[in-house]
Amino acid sequence: MSKEIKTSISYRRVFYTVFKRDLTIAFRHKDDIANPLLFFILVVTLFPLGIGPEPNMLARIAPGIIWVAALLATLLSLDRLFKSDHADGSLEQMLLSPSPTFIIVLAKICAHWIISGLPLILISPLLAVLLYLPENAYGALLLTLLIGTPVLSFIGAIGVALTVGVKKGGVLLSLLILPLYIPLLIFATSAIDTAAMNLPYTGQLAIIGALFIGSVTLSPFAVSAALKVSTN
Amino acid sequence: MWKWLHPYANPEKTFHLTEKLTPWFGYLAMILLAVGMTWALLFVPPDYQQGNSFRIFYIHVPSAILSLSVYVAMAIIAFSALVWQLKLADASVAAIAPVGAALTAVALFTGAAWGKPTWGTWWVWDARLTSQLIQLFLYLGVIALHNAFEDKAQGSKAAGILAIVGVVNVPIIKYSVEWWNTLHQGQTVTQIGKPAMTMDMYLPFVVCLFGFVFLISWLICLRFKTELLERNATRPWVKDLVNQTEK
Repeated sequence: MSKEIKTSISYRRVFYTVFKRDLTIAFRHKDDIANPLLFFILVVTLFPLGIGPEPNMLARIAPGIIWVAALLATLLSLDRLFKSDHADGSLEQMLLSPSPTFIIVLAKICAHWIISGLPLILISPLLAVLLYLPENAYGALLLTLLIGTPVLSFIGAIGVALTVGVKKGGVLLSLLILPLYIPLLIFATSAIDTAAMNLPYTGQLAIIGALFIGSVTLSPFAVSAALKVSTN
Repeated sequence: MWKWLHPYANPEKTFHLTEKLTPWFGYLAMILLAVGMTWALLFVPPDYQQGNSFRIFYIHVPSAILSLSVYVAMAIIAFSALVWQLKLADASVAAIAPVGAALTAVALFTGAAWGKPTWGTWWVWDARLTSQLIQLFLYLGVIALHNAFEDKAQGSKAAGILAIVGVVNVPIIKYSVEWWNTLHQGQTVTQIGKPAMTMDMYLPFVVCLFGFVFLISWLICLRFKTELLERNATRPWVKDLVNQTEK
């Protein structure tokens, strides 16, 4: 942690330091990356088993299944965002540092997205094949996931920050966060459905983009406020 | 404004003000609801399409409108609590959330009961119904988060932040009818001045709406008073109060 060495360092430097630190920690606990991904794949596999293997039915509900599974997988991985830092006290040190909390939080969430969101995007075409998603919808699936999963991380971070001090935070987290994910889910699946019908889906994509910009700019403020409440 | 508000940062002053206001809200709610409900249920002519089943409108619409307003009010209070560090505003967030959740539940239940004779089904995945359901979840989230903390002050601060975040959902609810436009009818009463219904149906609605406003104000005041007493249980003025009532 280079923040203790100097009292004032540039924002870019703060961002880079925290970002790199979180990535390093994550890559030393590879299970934490692999398990939510495995969960994602498993949940998607359960649906054909539960519903039946008819290709038409699966193709129709594929966007919904993939997106719901992505929401749940993100929810699982969110726990890691602040919990261990809170447990060993480094979170408080970060809040006490002279650098703005906004930048630190931003860096942590970006690192979280690289670890949890990016693997989901990379594995999703494979799952789309398993669910017989029409080929013309692949682009839409990837684009919505690419713009949408950061939104999941950013909104989810608010929930984690609020529940980090609570002992049984896991179930509470899903209760707080899942309702906030619903608009994203609606627009993302509607974009994929529209793409499957060969219609332009830029409208939905634009709304997801707006959600993305909104959450990037606003959610770190909420997260900072929530962390201050949680750590007291 | 601050000079005028200043004394009410003191829990004791606020408690006595609430104590004075509470019965008025209670009486007004009782009178307005008695008049409005009798008028609506017995004397308003039945709807030419829906018959008598439309009378549930007089409960459904006020609770649906107010469930939204209460949420926005809660978020505004939470925001001012966060910005100006008002401890009493924190307490009122905790007082408001369950009342709002109850209103949302009433709106959903009466909506289902109204949907059965009119649409032929209890529930449809219509945008507006769904967003009302989401709103219920948001309320429950606020309540759950508040209860999860052992420290009450910390809990209501956290719940306040969640309320502010959740208020993003309110415009989505508001405009969902225009966006997804499905089974639920458009708004009939909010066009001020020329409502899309006749006067003899509209007037009792106004009476009922204000009856509901005072009813929830009364409930919130009661809860707020309890919340204040609980948080200040160790203070001398609370002890004096308890001793007075015991005599």
